[in-house]
Parts: sequence; C-alpha cells; structure tokens
Amino acid sequence: MENPNPKIGEKMDDKTTIIVHSGDTDKLYSALIIGDGALAMGMESTMFFTFWGLERLKKDELDKGPISKMSRSMFDSQLQKANVDTLEKLITDYKELGGKIIACEMTMEIMGIKKEELNQELIDEYGAIGTYIHEARESKINLFI
Amino acid sequence: MVNKIVKVDVTDKTCPGPLVEVRKTLNKASPGDIVEVTGKHSVSKKEIPMVAEGMGLEVIDTQEKDGKWKIQIQR
Repeated sequence: MENPNPKIGEKMDDKTTIIVHSGDTDKLYSALIIGDGALAMGMESTMFFTFWGLERLKKDELDKGPISKMSRSMFDSQLQKANVDTLEKLITDYKELGGKIIACEMTMEIMGIKKEELNQELIDEYGAIGTYIHEARESKINLFI
Repeated sequence: MVNKIVKVDVTDKTCPGPLVEVRKTLNKASPGDIVEVTGKHSVSKKEIPMVAEGMGLEVIDTQEKDGKWKIQIQR
C-alpha cells in the first residue's frame, strides 16, 4: 500500500500525541484541528481516545457530544458562517494524511463498550496506558484535551 | 518525465483546511513539480510557507494582488 503521508523532506520524525478525554463537540474540534495541523506540517500524529472521548468513536456518535458554553444551533451556525469543516471531514483528512488512532481498552472495559459498537475502520490499535506512554515518550508535543 | 505545475485553490477553506489541502497536494505531486497555492486568508499566506519548511521544501515565489495571493512551492 502507498504510504499516505510519505516522507518528503528531512524533518519528518517529529510527533504530536493527543489524549482525547473529553467527548464535548467543541473540544473534539480542537483535538482534530491540532491533529490535522500537525500532519499537514509534516509531523506524525497519534490520538488516544479515552473516557468520554471514546464515546465519540461509537458508530454515528462523532458529532453527538455536548457543547460547552453555547447552544448547539448557535455553535453550528457560527461554524457554518466561518466555513469550518465538519468533524467527519476533519477525521477523514486525519486518516488520509496517515494519522493514527488508538482506542483505550480500559475505557472499553469500564464502560462496557464492545469493538462492534465502535467505528473500527478509524481505529488503528487498541491499547492502554503502556501503549500511550510508548507513543508519547518520543513525541515533541503532548496534549490532554 | 516533465515537471509540471500542480495547482490548488484554498480560497474558501478555513483552518486547518488550507494546510491540509497543501499537504495532500504535495503528497500527490512528483519530485520536481511546482505546487501553486492560491487563496485569500492572510493567516494561511503566513502559515503555508511553514508547511513547506516543516517538510524541508522551498517556497520559490510569492505574489499578492487585490487581496489574493499565490505561493509556489518546489516539490
């Protein structure tokens, strides 16, 4: 298979790692915009979905999270006015540019979430804290959202 | 093989769209090609050269006229 994010120049080994703990729609926007931005700028990116964040990887749940400090209709119309991409588009771009997604197995156990309930085509790996630290220890940017 | 100019217009895109589209176009272009980006947002004009720099590529030309800009990156 062709590498979706081929090494073009020399500075390609930097990585951004993001823990997506919140399932809030506005926070998911932030996380995916950062992930997409990192990939666009030539970095690698790993997003680790845990707790309420993992809920958003359930089938048809990506944009179903709560919104802090604003009504959904106002949030949607503000974003539309500014021509911001949908979460669906952002996560599709993320995968197309070679971004990696890890689903937290511990969260799956605690919340009783089964693999079949998740959007499995988005998920590259299932793991716990060891998998996250393994990725994060070699990352230049580490965020918790 | 002939080197070509690969064009991408990011005029109607908002953050991070312009950066993502430039990156996708650079991936599709062949070494030696020139990727030509056009747009209107001033923040993208500032940040697209950062994408090029992040990949060790060079911006070979930047032009601006009537609020629209054009940036050429050597792939």
